[in-house]
Amino acid sequence: MIRHHLNDTLLMAYSAGQLPEAHNLAVATHISLCDDCRARLESFDAVGGAVMEQTDAVALSEQSLAATMARIRSAPPVQHAPIAKRGIFPTPLQDYVGGDLDAVRWRAIGGGVKQAILPTAKGASARLLRIPGGMAVPDHSHGGLELTLVLQGAFSDEDGRFARGDIEIADQDVTHTPMAEPGDDCICLAVTDAPLRFNSLIPRLLQPFLKI
Amino acid sequence: MTMLHSATEPLRLLTVPPPTAALKQHLNRGQARVADDDNTGFIAQMQAIADRQDEAAFAALFAHFAPRIKGFLMKSGATAAQAEDCAQDVMATVWRKAAMFDPTRANVSTWIFTIARNRRIDLLRRDRRPEPEDLPWGPEPERDQVDAMVLQQETDRLGQAMAALPQEQRDLVEQAYFGDLSHSEIANITGLPLGTIKSRIRLAINKLRQAMT
Repeated sequence: MIRHHLNDTLLMAYSAGQLPEAHNLAVATHISLCDDCRARLESFDAVGGAVMEQTDAVALSEQSLAATMARIRSAPPVQHAPIAKRGIFPTPLQDYVGGDLDAVRWRAIGGGVKQAILPTAKGASARLLRIPGGMAVPDHSHGGLELTLVLQGAFSDEDGRFARGDIEIADQDVTHTPMAEPGDDCICLAVTDAPLRFNSLIPRLLQPFLKI
Repeated sequence: MTMLHSATEPLRLLTVPPPTAALKQHLNRGQARVADDDNTGFIAQMQAIADRQDEAAFAALFAHFAPRIKGFLMKSGATAAQAEDCAQDVMATVWRKAAMFDPTRANVSTWIFTIARNRRIDLLRRDRRPEPEDLPWGPEPERDQVDAMVLQQETDRLGQAMAALPQEQRDLVEQAYFGDLSHSEIANITGLPLGTIKSRIRLAINKLRQAMT
């Protein structure tokens, strides 16, 4: 059962199209797992619908309807998007990974932790982290808005316990020390809009080489 | 899981007979009737497109929505030419996806807004916009007419509540949806009465999930 959800600000920002790509990915992946947040998102979409409805209309050219019919005739009907095979990663995440968990190409970053950086636009970053059960992610502090979505296993930190589907929202001034629960590796999607800084010495030295 | 309906069967989005007296009373709780009639009309037009590719119905939707899509895109920073081209593309998508419109989860304005918003990102940014996984789909479940009517009414009320917000808050909401606010500025927006609409949508999602099991 998901206990840690997206907040209204993130949902409205996603609805309004104001988040970086990396954050969009985390939001879309969480919503794929959480019907509560999906309903909340769709209520924010209703706000967008009202904004558009109340916007001053701007006339189109006279040929625009005919031009639109021409576009319609030249394209096939749209089918439902295929849902990726039931696995660990919801469809939007599989789109970025190129498959499910077994398709991920992990790289060690020290302390038993592995990561895989996902191809999102500059300005924010999305990576998968794999933390062995019982291990701690080294201390790190934030420069911006960080989202951590659990896909497998669980971690606990000062804000509580986070298991599959839970998303942790942390912004500036928060230093947290997530500890992965013993058992399955803890696999998370971690998104940040600032370079991730690690406080421990070794990870800091590795930072420029690992693009953290 | 079975695919979409076959081309030979008409698709029922929802049956919309003329409102009964009881339904009219339910809908007409002192609110302006115009918006309800418009919405009912738009839903009927969507169904006509889905069922039988009705071009007259599409032309009516186009006349109402295309200029608003164009205006919305221009307020979001597109040029008039870009906005017109994109608005045509959005309306073409409305036609092609008409069978996917669910009146128990959104009114037509909201649904068209989401298409325009998704297309806007291609236009104004290079990024992709990841979307949540679709809910499981199959033979479309029979959608409850009253559910749809109530959702439409709640959405109308939301529009009225937004129009009644203090000017500063209204401006913030518009700025957010036109793309002018950062995430932290969006955090300052308060006072949107979304509780009821959210509950209705949540129920609609539950029904879809149950229909698929």
